[in-house]
Amino acid sequence: MSKVKRILSRNAVPILFAIVCLLGVFYANRPFQFLLMEIVKRMARNSFLVLSLIIPVVAGMGLNFGIVLGALAGQIALILSTHWEWAGIGGLALTALLATPLAVLFGTLAGLVLNKAKGREMITSMVMGFFANGVYQFIFLFLVGTLIPFDNPALRISTSPGLRNTVDLTRVRGVLDNIWTVQYGFTKIPIVTFLVIALLAVAIWAFFKTKLGQDFRAVGQDRHIASVAGIQTDRNRVLAIVFSTVLAAWGQIIFLQNIGTLNTYNSHEQVGTFAIAALLIGGASVTRATIGQALMGTFLFHVLFVVSPSAGQTIFGSAQVGEYFRVFVAYGIIAISLALHAWRGKSLGKASMEEDVSA
Amino acid sequence: MKDRVSKVYHGFGLPRLIISAFLLTLIIVAAGTELSVPGLLSDALVRIGQNGIYVLAMVPSIQAGAGLNFGLPLGVIAGMVGVLVSMENSLLGLGGFAVALLVAIPLGVVAGYLYSLLLNRVAGQEMMVGTYVGFSIVAGMCIFWLMAPFKNPALIWPVGGQGLRVTLTLADTFGGTLNNFLNVKLFGLTIPTGLLLFYALLAFLLWLFLRSKPGVAMEVVGRNPRFAVASGLNINAYRSVGITLSTVLAAVGYVVYAQSFGFAQLYNGPLMTAFPAVAAVLIGGASTREAKVRHAVIGVVLFQTLLTVAMPVTNQLIEGNISEIARVIVSNGMILYALTRVTGGEQA
Repeated sequence: MSKVKRILSRNAVPILFAIVCLLGVFYANRPFQFLLMEIVKRMARNSFLVLSLIIPVVAGMGLNFGIVLGALAGQIALILSTHWEWAGIGGLALTALLATPLAVLFGTLAGLVLNKAKGREMITSMVMGFFANGVYQFIFLFLVGTLIPFDNPALRISTSPGLRNTVDLTRVRGVLDNIWTVQYGFTKIPIVTFLVIALLAVAIWAFFKTKLGQDFRAVGQDRHIASVAGIQTDRNRVLAIVFSTVLAAWGQIIFLQNIGTLNTYNSHEQVGTFAIAALLIGGASVTRATIGQALMGTFLFHVLFVVSPSAGQTIFGSAQVGEYFRVFVAYGIIAISLALHAWRGKSLGKASMEEDVSA
Repeated sequence: MKDRVSKVYHGFGLPRLIISAFLLTLIIVAAGTELSVPGLLSDALVRIGQNGIYVLAMVPSIQAGAGLNFGLPLGVIAGMVGVLVSMENSLLGLGGFAVALLVAIPLGVVAGYLYSLLLNRVAGQEMMVGTYVGFSIVAGMCIFWLMAPFKNPALIWPVGGQGLRVTLTLADTFGGTLNNFLNVKLFGLTIPTGLLLFYALLAFLLWLFLRSKPGVAMEVVGRNPRFAVASGLNINAYRSVGITLSTVLAAVGYVVYAQSFGFAQLYNGPLMTAFPAVAAVLIGGASTREAKVRHAVIGVVLFQTLLTVAMPVTNQLIEGNISEIARVIVSNGMILYALTRVTGGEQA
């Protein structure tokens, strides 16, 4: 009995959301085939990005709102690859290769900044995302076409500086998804994309078995003890962010090849928020995240995303209510998780303070 | 003389000297183009008064030890409801403005007090929790705006009879009441006297409060909680005072902002209101641990003048509208700088 209770209380968040999702599916009253198609598409699109959040959580740096930087690295690589007309799956692989050094650079910078803001990593990484977004816009909206010569009608309108608002990614659209698809009813299941996601999941699992992975875990559990044990905590923290940023860059490339068009100035804005909300809905917290939680969360979050507008239409007579509701859920779940984390952290801190006094 | 220069230098701080020098350069450049310098400065004055109260709102929250108040949208929404109630009843001029305030302030007190109860439980993580509480409330209120029982046809969508419009104009009700009050023209400069007087009054009242007994106690709580406990101060009560005051200022700030801007933008409009205000108070010389009314005033003057003057001047030099991006880079860069500067603190 107590075991059941423990499982229930440990998984309270995903269970609650599963119930909300079921209600949503019931009220949305959409055909099963439609739901399946949408969910498969969205899982293929987003899982990689959500998985990229796990490593920094384990390394004790909280939710990395700075995966926006990785997404930017991916987008810069895609812009360049479109310019050089790289095509096909080879072109996409080359794009991912090109994104990697950029992501390593951004990740290193981010990691160094975060080491100066210990205990404030999350808000710092979030503001860093906003800041990087500003710099990115400055470069691609102003410098390109004025200071940086760049003439390509696919990317620019010659009369004004800056890139087009939307860039068509025709040469890489669906190249990963379409290598091998299995048709089930209306749903095309992109087997290779899911294999890539599975490979990443296995890689993350294997990584935490290595010496470096164990070091990350040690740093995450207690920075002080880890450094006494001879682990270079600061270096490990930077590495954790670099890994996360590189994975996010690849994740964004997978995301965009699925969508097929790049919204130059806002494809990346919500990357952090939505990936983090998905991870948390899966039952993760600021200090604990597993692969299962990431995948479960992505699934639940996107079920909610798909059914919200129709459910809103049925219940409130307005699809817009549903659309606002899902945004509210995304922000709300993050707010609640952060508050619960801080709340627990505070009572732990109090307990240790009392211990100090009694000792 | 040298002592005095060095005193001014240390009191004012190097970053502010650099920004002032940059501003001066911009104004000189502007004078060389066909831009009207008095026109630019008039715009800057309006924007200072328009945004000043949001920046003032940062001061009590920092002083009470709750850090920068990223939960500002909470107060803004209280202000929004005030403005809407006043507009629903088609109240005009100063009366409309006063009613908006009368509705907004109690709502701000309630919202701010509840918010402070939450923040007291998450001490140390106020900024992050505040940001997302603010975001959630804005998103949740989007649903409210769609279903709210407002009936005035000027406010709701013409079709369906329900749901507030995205942008409402205040031109026919109380838009510009403060701005046009005792409005004077000097050397081509238009001075929104009423707006600036109202701002100065609030700044003065806040200054007075921070010097009063509860104000000083609040500062002690923020600066050194253990010492505060030892002196018999109730930490949570004083933190609540600071956070509530901050939220109420945000509510008043919105009413003033809306009447000056002339429009009320609902739905996702208030989502990012906290960020420019946070940046301004930091530019003014505050840190996540210490803020004075002086910092808020200097900050808003420098930041808003910079944005108002920089935009048209750079537009003369390069094509395109750079103001929005400049704001994003400057404000977030400033916040980033402040977050990485404090060492050994446990705030997030």
